[in-house]
Amino acid sequence: MSVFVLRRILTLVATLFAASLIIFLVLDALPGNAAQMLMGADASPDAVRALTVKLGLDQPLAYRYLLWIKGMAVGDLGNSYVYGTPVAGLIAERLVLTIPLAIMSMLITVVLALSAGIYTAANHNRIGDVGVMSLTQIGIALPNFWFAILLILLFAVKLQWLSAGGFAGWDDGIWPGVKSLLLPAISLAVVQAAILARVTRSAVLEVLREDFVRTARAKGLGKREVLWRHVLRNAMIPVMTVMGLQFANLLAGTIVIENVFYLPGLGRLIFQSIANRDLIVVRNCVMLLAAMVVIVNFVVDVLYAFIDPRIKVANL
Amino acid sequence: MSAPLTATASAIPPGTRPATGFWRRALRHRSFVLGAALSLLVLGAALLSLIWTPWSAYDIDVAAKLHPPSAAHWLGTDVLGRDIASLLLVGARSTIMVGVIAVGIGLTFGVCLGLIAAARKGRTEELIMRMSDFTFAFPAVLSAIMLAAVVGPGMVTSITAIGIFQIPIFVRVTRGSANAVWAREFVLAARAAGKGKLRITIEHVLPNILSILIVQATIQFALAILAEAALSYLGLGTQPPQPSWGRMLNDAQTLLFQSPMLAVYPGAAIAIAVLGLNLLGDGLRDLLDPRLARER
Amino acid sequence: MNSSTGTPVIEVRDLGIRLNTSRGPAQAVRGVSFALKRGETLGLVGESGCGKSITALALMGLLPDSAVVSGSIRLDGSELIGLSDTSYCKLRGNRISMIFQEPMTALNPMHTIGRQVAEPLRRHTGCSTAEARKQAISLLDRVGLPDAAKRVDAYPHQFSGGQRQRITIAMALACQPDVLIADEPTTALDVTIQGQILDLIADLVEERGMSMILISHDLGVIAENVQRMMVMYGGTVVESGETNAVFTRMGHPYTQGLFRARPRLGAPKGTRLTTIAGTVPELADLPAGCTFADRCGIVEPRCRAALPAVVEVGRSHGVRCLRTDVSMTAPIGAGT
Repeated sequence: MSVFVLRRILTLVATLFAASLIIFLVLDALPGNAAQMLMGADASPDAVRALTVKLGLDQPLAYRYLLWIKGMAVGDLGNSYVYGTPVAGLIAERLVLTIPLAIMSMLITVVLALSAGIYTAANHNRIGDVGVMSLTQIGIALPNFWFAILLILLFAVKLQWLSAGGFAGWDDGIWPGVKSLLLPAISLAVVQAAILARVTRSAVLEVLREDFVRTARAKGLGKREVLWRHVLRNAMIPVMTVMGLQFANLLAGTIVIENVFYLPGLGRLIFQSIANRDLIVVRNCVMLLAAMVVIVNFVVDVLYAFIDPRIKVANL
Repeated sequence: MSAPLTATASAIPPGTRPATGFWRRALRHRSFVLGAALSLLVLGAALLSLIWTPWSAYDIDVAAKLHPPSAAHWLGTDVLGRDIASLLLVGARSTIMVGVIAVGIGLTFGVCLGLIAAARKGRTEELIMRMSDFTFAFPAVLSAIMLAAVVGPGMVTSITAIGIFQIPIFVRVTRGSANAVWAREFVLAARAAGKGKLRITIEHVLPNILSILIVQATIQFALAILAEAALSYLGLGTQPPQPSWGRMLNDAQTLLFQSPMLAVYPGAAIAIAVLGLNLLGDGLRDLLDPRLARER
Repeated sequence: MNSSTGTPVIEVRDLGIRLNTSRGPAQAVRGVSFALKRGETLGLVGESGCGKSITALALMGLLPDSAVVSGSIRLDGSELIGLSDTSYCKLRGNRISMIFQEPMTALNPMHTIGRQVAEPLRRHTGCSTAEARKQAISLLDRVGLPDAAKRVDAYPHQFSGGQRQRITIAMALACQPDVLIADEPTTALDVTIQGQILDLIADLVEERGMSMILISHDLGVIAENVQRMMVMYGGTVVESGETNAVFTRMGHPYTQGLFRARPRLGAPKGTRLTTIAGTVPELADLPAGCTFADRCGIVEPRCRAALPAVVEVGRSHGVRCLRTDVSMTAPIGAGT
């Protein structure tokens, strides 16, 4: 167990370093002089030079990279080129929105996908299976931001139950905040759930064909009991793999969806920063998103070991 | 389709999969027929836009803005007075172009790397697979954001970002199926006959995985269309005045209360294209390789 | 338990099974009848696809939903065909148990073996987790799993094939069933282990007074382990009787073919194994007459007209053949 986790942690750290290097090269080395970009082409050379020194951009690349890594370790990400305020603070106040949004939509995804996947597998080739599978086929084809717009049309424009955008914050309690994240979370979740439901269905069907299912039936377990006690845990392995991969899509999706609903989250921050040429903010935001993807997939890998007893031995 | 058929003939007894049977079976396959019809509809729209559109998709006529559907403007006009139907037709062109190039990038690099990984094994394989795993940490939107921050938004940015994201998927699929071919007896026979790895790859491996790649490329095409739409919607992809479906949705969103239908058409167009390609991919999988056909 | 020694524990009459295969509906089993008293053992022998495993699954009520079963299966006098799944669940693993062919895949890789052995106990006897675990350990001990108390919390992948088969045996015996069905219990095991497992099963059957149906394609296994036997071909029983009687004087050309085709020790080097020409017929297109007609050396046109009736050739020794007069003149069996 410990050896297995240790090896995964090493891979994780190496992956994070590689990601940080690529992000730094693309966003800091490639553009040349960030100060020039900030001030525009017609700024006076003296002013550009002054800003370059002020932002620490006159230091060698390697030094600046190491400074950034060290900063990430201690939580000091430097100051925004544009606002002059600490980047860590800017990001933190956006995460208050983005993280609950991601968690909400992942929860909705999992609940929808597992129930649809298990239901269809248990009713294989019956009318309910065919119906739900056709729905998922359509669900996969929907662009999530268009689905979001349709939800706005229905719930905000037609029914006027929810507002078309904006974020209520957490100051007035949990409900107003959750309410303003409801449509965004649903629009992110439904499309993902369609994919995950199909994966769940085929994973369950595959396990249902295994010999040990017949053994369990021969012991006197009912179909339902076999499904819950014996099949699901075995079927969870491919489902979890896809869930891990979907998390990356989900984060990418929040960037898009935040723009649909005018939510002041990480995605909007990135866009403002691109517009402002605030590359240091972009760099840290992208790093954060990439790190989240890598870490979630690491967690999935380690979870395998808890779910599947065979993995521990194979790696010890 | 003759290449994979002749190549597999060494492994599968002749006559098990007569070429004439393909179209007969295809026309009976419901999702293939529906998928092919929808895909052809989108392709037809793109081709049609090259020679004819009801109105120019670029001419602005503010006096004629936000017209409801009429005989002149079938689907009405947008806020700049452009004809929606014409915009949709030309938008199909951008969508297909971005999709084709991005999938082309993914296919070229992904298949080459996957074939190398399967042929070389060992360190090379490990390195290629690690790199492709790593690329998954950067969804197309994230790469596009980085590129847009540095070189600015545009079609090239979105094509590059989508293409890069396609590579690891093709690497995985190629390597997985190529490994299976390398383990087959006729490859062993070819190796025993002294053929080199490159020659075996080109003569035996590639033809045998071609049908799998075609299926995967169809599905990736659908994903590329979704990604392109999202990037254009965000303003990172196709730039105005070049019409694109994603951009149209962005424009429509500000007018949601006035003209809600403007937000419906482009989204429906995207959904039809993606649905068509997905169904086509599923159908092709069943038809080209029955062993791959999943439980349905 | 409540049945006297005279009445059968399990009685099958004119069992017929139709399956929906990829090649269309198929009559997988026709007219199978037998009865087993407490403590009796019956062997089912035949090539793969002859319907012996399907018959076993029918007894367990585990055929696919699309299968159509006709005839009668009675357990202690009560009819099982048409029983609801809920009621059947109360019997499976409790009064009628099964051991499967593949010990490597018959166990759930995600659950400890202790939990899996205890599962039928928890299901049928309603005993506590602790009590079930205690019983599971003693069962595992009984089937000869070394260090049972220590290894009860291990997972299936940590055991060898032979050990796993011992675990599935423990599982099948947990609730002291009246009938045990063993479907090729040793086919997937090393030859050296096969004898041990068969001996274990025989001991347990005797010790607990169970009735056993042993399924095998191996005549040797059948000869040594059961009192009565049935030879199946193409979904029908072609020969049945006391094991000794059948082996002394085989009546059906197919049984004789099987017997000749077995590898023998001490045969002169270079002797070719005798084989039965042709292949097993597809269940989806079985011939109208004798199912063995196409491969039979003494076939006559009338054999193909209709399924031959069973001919009594000895005391409770039946052969489904029109040409026993010819086939039984050449004595083939253990006596030769």
